[in-house]
Amino acid sequence: MTAIEWRGVTVRLGGRAVVDDVTLDVPSGAWLSLIGPNGAGKTTLIRTLGGSLAHVGDLRIDGRPVEQLGVRQRARAVAVVPQHPLVPPGLQVFDYVLLGRAPHQGLRCSPSLHDRRLAYAVLQRLGLDGFVTRRVDTLSGGERQRVVLARALVQDTPVLVLDEPTTALDVGHQLEVLELIADLREERGLTVVTTVHDLSIAGQFADAVAVLADGRLVDAGAPRDVLTPGLIGRHWGVQATCDVDDDGAVTVTVRRRRERRTTDTRTHR
Amino acid sequence: MTTATEGAGPATSRTPASSVAPPVAPEDVVDDLPAPTRLTAGWLLLGLGAVLGSALVGLAIGPVTVPIHQVALELLDRLPLVTVDSGLSDAHAAIVWEIRTPRVVLGLLVGALLAGSGAGYQAVFRNPLADPYLLGIAAGAGLGATLAIVTGAGDGVGPVDAIPVFAFVGALLAVGAAAALSVRRDGTGGPATLILAGVAVAAFFTAAQTYVQQRHADTLRQVYAWILGRLSTSGWDEVVLLLPYAAVCGAVLLVAVGALDVLAVGDDEARSLGLHPRRIRAAVLVAASLATAAAVAVSGLIGFVGLVVPHGVRLVAGVGNRRVVPLSLLFGGAFLALADVLARTVQSPAELPIGVITAFVGAPFFLLILRSRSAL
Repeated sequence: MTAIEWRGVTVRLGGRAVVDDVTLDVPSGAWLSLIGPNGAGKTTLIRTLGGSLAHVGDLRIDGRPVEQLGVRQRARAVAVVPQHPLVPPGLQVFDYVLLGRAPHQGLRCSPSLHDRRLAYAVLQRLGLDGFVTRRVDTLSGGERQRVVLARALVQDTPVLVLDEPTTALDVGHQLEVLELIADLREERGLTVVTTVHDLSIAGQFADAVAVLADGRLVDAGAPRDVLTPGLIGRHWGVQATCDVDDDGAVTVTVRRRRERRTTDTRTHR
Repeated sequence: MTTATEGAGPATSRTPASSVAPPVAPEDVVDDLPAPTRLTAGWLLLGLGAVLGSALVGLAIGPVTVPIHQVALELLDRLPLVTVDSGLSDAHAAIVWEIRTPRVVLGLLVGALLAGSGAGYQAVFRNPLADPYLLGIAAGAGLGATLAIVTGAGDGVGPVDAIPVFAFVGALLAVGAAAALSVRRDGTGGPATLILAGVAVAAFFTAAQTYVQQRHADTLRQVYAWILGRLSTSGWDEVVLLLPYAAVCGAVLLVAVGALDVLAVGDDEARSLGLHPRRIRAAVLVAASLATAAAVAVSGLIGFVGLVVPHGVRLVAGVGNRRVVPLSLLFGGAFLALADVLARTVQSPAELPIGVITAFVGAPFFLLILRSRSAL
């Protein structure tokens, strides 16, 4: 089963092809990480899934062309966690998470008892049940990221799309969020698509990575096949070593390009 | 491997991957289920109480003061299946029912529409500075009313008073022009474009209004009085004129509250949550603009209500349009009915423009709430 298929998809913004003729499949239940330098078109490619960008070419979700899906049906198939979610000031965590039920609600978007139970169950699962009455805009970066993730999970979709889910987090919270996503993926059989800058994260969590450069797909496959010093040097212009574990996970270490200038950094107490 | 080294997990971590609980089935969650923000019975009663209280004060106080308990009894007496003797004299009863009731009802309606529309405008534009005059309604209505006055059409020629008709048409022309000009050729055009188009249209209409006004200096006083707003009534005509718009606007706003909450996360995210942001914005703006145009047509340009009442409600009752919109309708009505009491009595027997009262009393009151709450 293929969850998502991009077939010759092109997105033009301001006269430029930001995504240029991309053909890519995401099998059901897989974790695909889109990588590439800044401006490669990663975010634009996943925005085609959210329905807010016009594109040329064939895009299928769960085997159905997106043109046949209404906005609502699409929202029941794909949940998106944006890189910089807009958090309304003053809104409480529970109200924010309940917004994720909108695709399943009527005209008035009134939460049913089931909606409330589901939202609370997800908050419990993410360890956020103590936060229900907190204001989202007063949470720390890690807490807020989990709250936005909770909203996407409450949407109850087979596909979860995350745009740079770890940008604002320290390494500990990065792993926490990624491991949570990995667990949820297993529990719910989710298909996960992320964009990510950190190549080691892509190499360790994704089943497949796809490399974009200047809007074009330049390589795709298992991390151990794609994440090579040669490819990283070509597209990122850096020298890297790639360590592959027994289970195929790849850790990428980037070396500095110039000699280190050492200065006396002893601190005066 | 991918796991963090032991003991290196952040101190705040609440869900270490090693202690993953099995997924909770929603049906298992029964105890202590948190409640979403909605209009609670307490807030609804408070709002209705404010409406009733302001109505009683408005009916009792004026150049002739009628005892408020007698007004209350008189109102009770009019309820079906209730008969009480209010003790009001015939003259007092006539003042209450024939002069003051239409005016109080008009105040409640105009205040509710301006505040409700303001809440709607603020929600669809995600902009705390938005008010119902944002898209040029005030300027358009001002030009319409000025034209009616200077041409003499407003002197009561024909069956309908021309000033409200001209003002209504002017208001709709202005907001319609702003909406039409904000849509680009490719069909795009976001809320920011619409606001800017509204600003430009308002400037244009205001310039035209000022020009016409200066060319007819003899009508300056009349035009100025209209612009400052007043609630004067001739029987129930104005109320009847306003009712259909009030019904449509109220219904649309109250149905849209949930969608407006979703819209608060931005157009892109609202769309990914299965909504059509532009359709919702269009429906709310059309309803709110029609209602505002109708309110302005009968009462002139009463400022401040549409901006400040929704903010006051938000500061006291919390964000969430399920609460803000209905409470703005109720408290906006009560606020304007009370402001009208002051407008009628401060310089009695002369009347102060109600716009002066709403700003003069409303601004310090709003600042008081703002300073006592750290909410927004």
